[in-house]
Amino acid sequence: MSAANKINKDELCKLFRCFIAPQYVISDAETLKPYECDGLSMYCEMPLVVVLPETVTQVQEVLRICHRYTIPVVARGAGTGLCAGAMPNAQGVVLSLAKFKNIIEINPLTRTARLQPGVRNLAISEAAAEYGLYYGPDPSSQIACTIGGNVAENSGGVHCLKYGLTVHNVLSIEMLTVEGEKITLGSDGLDSCGFDLLALINGSEGLLGVVTEVQVKLLPIPEKARVVMAGFDNVQQAGDSVSGIIASGIIPAGLEMMDSHAISAAEDFAKAGYPKDAKALLLCEVDGTSEEVQEHIEKVEKLFHSFGATSVRTSQTEAERALLWKGRKCAFPAVGRISPDYYCMDGTIPRGQLAHVLTEMQKMSDHYQLRVANVFHAGDGNLHPLILFDANIPGEFERTEEFGGKILELCVAVGGCITGEHGVGIEKIRQMFIQFTEQELLQFTTIKEAFDPLGTLNPGKGIPTLRRCQEYRSIEPKKVTTHD
Amino acid sequence: MADSINATPESLAEQVKNAHYNQSPLQIMGSGSKSFYGRNITAIPLSVAAYSGVINYEPSELVITARAGTPLREIENLLDEQGQMLGFEPPSFTDTATLGGTIACGISGPRRPYAGAARDFVLGVTIINGKGEILKFGGQVIKNVAGYDVSRLMTGAQGSLGILLDISLKVIPKPAYEATRVLPYSHQQMNTLLSDIGRKPVPVSATLLHNNSLYIRLSGAKAGVQAAASAIGGDTLQNADPFWQQLKEQQQPFFNQQRPLWRVSLPPAAAVIPGDLVEEESFIEWGGAQRWVYSHNGKKLQEWAIKNGGHASCFRDAKRDPSLSHSADETVFSPLSPALFALSKRIKDSFDPAHILNPNRLYTGL
Repeated sequence: MSAANKINKDELCKLFRCFIAPQYVISDAETLKPYECDGLSMYCEMPLVVVLPETVTQVQEVLRICHRYTIPVVARGAGTGLCAGAMPNAQGVVLSLAKFKNIIEINPLTRTARLQPGVRNLAISEAAAEYGLYYGPDPSSQIACTIGGNVAENSGGVHCLKYGLTVHNVLSIEMLTVEGEKITLGSDGLDSCGFDLLALINGSEGLLGVVTEVQVKLLPIPEKARVVMAGFDNVQQAGDSVSGIIASGIIPAGLEMMDSHAISAAEDFAKAGYPKDAKALLLCEVDGTSEEVQEHIEKVEKLFHSFGATSVRTSQTEAERALLWKGRKCAFPAVGRISPDYYCMDGTIPRGQLAHVLTEMQKMSDHYQLRVANVFHAGDGNLHPLILFDANIPGEFERTEEFGGKILELCVAVGGCITGEHGVGIEKIRQMFIQFTEQELLQFTTIKEAFDPLGTLNPGKGIPTLRRCQEYRSIEPKKVTTHD
Repeated sequence: MADSINATPESLAEQVKNAHYNQSPLQIMGSGSKSFYGRNITAIPLSVAAYSGVINYEPSELVITARAGTPLREIENLLDEQGQMLGFEPPSFTDTATLGGTIACGISGPRRPYAGAARDFVLGVTIINGKGEILKFGGQVIKNVAGYDVSRLMTGAQGSLGILLDISLKVIPKPAYEATRVLPYSHQQMNTLLSDIGRKPVPVSATLLHNNSLYIRLSGAKAGVQAAASAIGGDTLQNADPFWQQLKEQQQPFFNQQRPLWRVSLPPAAAVIPGDLVEEESFIEWGGAQRWVYSHNGKKLQEWAIKNGGHASCFRDAKRDPSLSHSADETVFSPLSPALFALSKRIKDSFDPAHILNPNRLYTGL
């Protein structure tokens, strides 16, 4: 980069303020502070500048300027991500899309919604409800997280097995390239010509472009939904029941498992009537037409009994269904009550490996002297082990991180992956070397370069750079600060 | 054609390395069942057909992994034994169609709008890129966001980004019960009915509009299907399975004409295609989103499709119809916008820097 292409912070802010309202160009430490991290607050960095543009033209101009001066750009939605994917770059600009909150159109005839990227996930379903429609993917942060962030992370939720991930529910996006050029990927139809770049953008963690509009498909709200809860004396039986349900030809709308730590924390918190003496608990929701639900519920109850469930309870009313789910939905904060801090992991495994993985995890838990509670999207194999620790005890977070890394290694070893739905970000960048070979990582790097030759879009996240590969493999964990 | 000696990943990779070194283009071959699809290319054939066999299939995991040369029929039979199926209902066109070709072409059948497209079911792939490197992306689990989604990018890329070696697919249970209703409906009546029942939990799994008859297939639990069938009205189509099978495989006489067959992909509720662009008779699937027509006015048809939010491809016949010369080949797929083309070319370069993998199959320069 030539000296002529350098710019200091004040000059940069001045440039931005030429076309963005001055109060939306943030450069003072106090106002910058809330942007220093995303939902994974252990990883922090203060950005150079935060901008909150209000029009796509302004976003384009921000990108053009940053491109001209080779300034890193970190796009940010609601900041609820759990992998430090939206953690700022110290030399870079945080491009907040928080002002892009408009639902551009809900079309009940085509059952689609066109959205600005800052629309909250839950707001889509709320707006679609009057037409009897909703948006499928429901990450647990859905009250706050935005559709732009969902695209970046290819977010999931508890209904993925039946209704798919974000990538299955997005029909098209409008995206700005790193140069600020607008392109449309996907279409109003069901496919497009050329390479499936829409699939590539979903889950690309803001490394390939900035999404400025998203069109999603909407689903009819099921006529009926009921949940069956079952307690088991051991994890193996619960795991076998999950396989049994799937093998019987039923695709549940949700199929969740909790282990004894999670059951007891959730029950104390939510009073949902969970059997506290159970070693594993399953929640199986089926939805569809009333006739279909009736048929499937009977099958599921019978299966649970045949696999040795110690208790089986089926929701009779909507209120009871909500109550049974409440415990699961509160599991994270509930676990938060039994430990000063917890660290949520996100590996995926083949369902059949569950009992083995939980046994191994218990051995690690003993080794690291750290408790672990397990919440598991059993239907799609996505594990969320919550490692309980106390950040005030010196060295305990480091031990937690190491334990977490070992869990992810175990997931890869049994044929799974290091992240099911939270993304790589900075958090799991070292585990990328476990999952991929250097040639594979290099292929990722060349894809990145096809979109972003200077590497200014969300640098340092998602894909490890390989310039000094061996050094990277032995890199020390990044120094982190923990919040109190 | 390859024999088994050529059909190890290493030997295939070695051939690609040589081709890369010599800058000598390769035409990747499965069984050739879909060789009519895409633009004509001249290159040295590299057959993957002998790299065959199911690697792993766990019905309770809803995942199957098989080598690219595995016959689609073999996979479908294996799944059928366990009461499962490929959700995107891919056509075979011949008995010998391979899994690799199915995913490379990314063609989905009647169930596509309701269950998902080929790309939606791809969980992981092993490929050889244009440098002869064997690379693995994705995996055998449904949720996986580590790295870019290269597996889905490969779907429909027609081999131009990499040679598929093995593929992991999500599979679905076969519906417990199916029924097909027939209604005497026009295009407009179809739009109204489908947008109405689309907002209700009606288990539609396929539609076809042809000669003012609307066929609607319903799939799911028996009681739910029966309730939906009586709500929709119309008559029951007897012996419906072969009907949908023939549609998927394009075995009706309509599909066997010596003219250029076009596939027009549109927003489902898009207008009726103007009569001066196409022959009168058409097969309209996917609730209006996929329309099969005959046209000698391909370029105009593509322009119309783009203007109406979709695209049009000359699906079949480029070879059979001598009036479609090599220059007409240029219009097989709707043109990409300049920005999108430039980006696609850089992506091609990143996988295949010497442009030796099925070059120009999709577009000149890709």
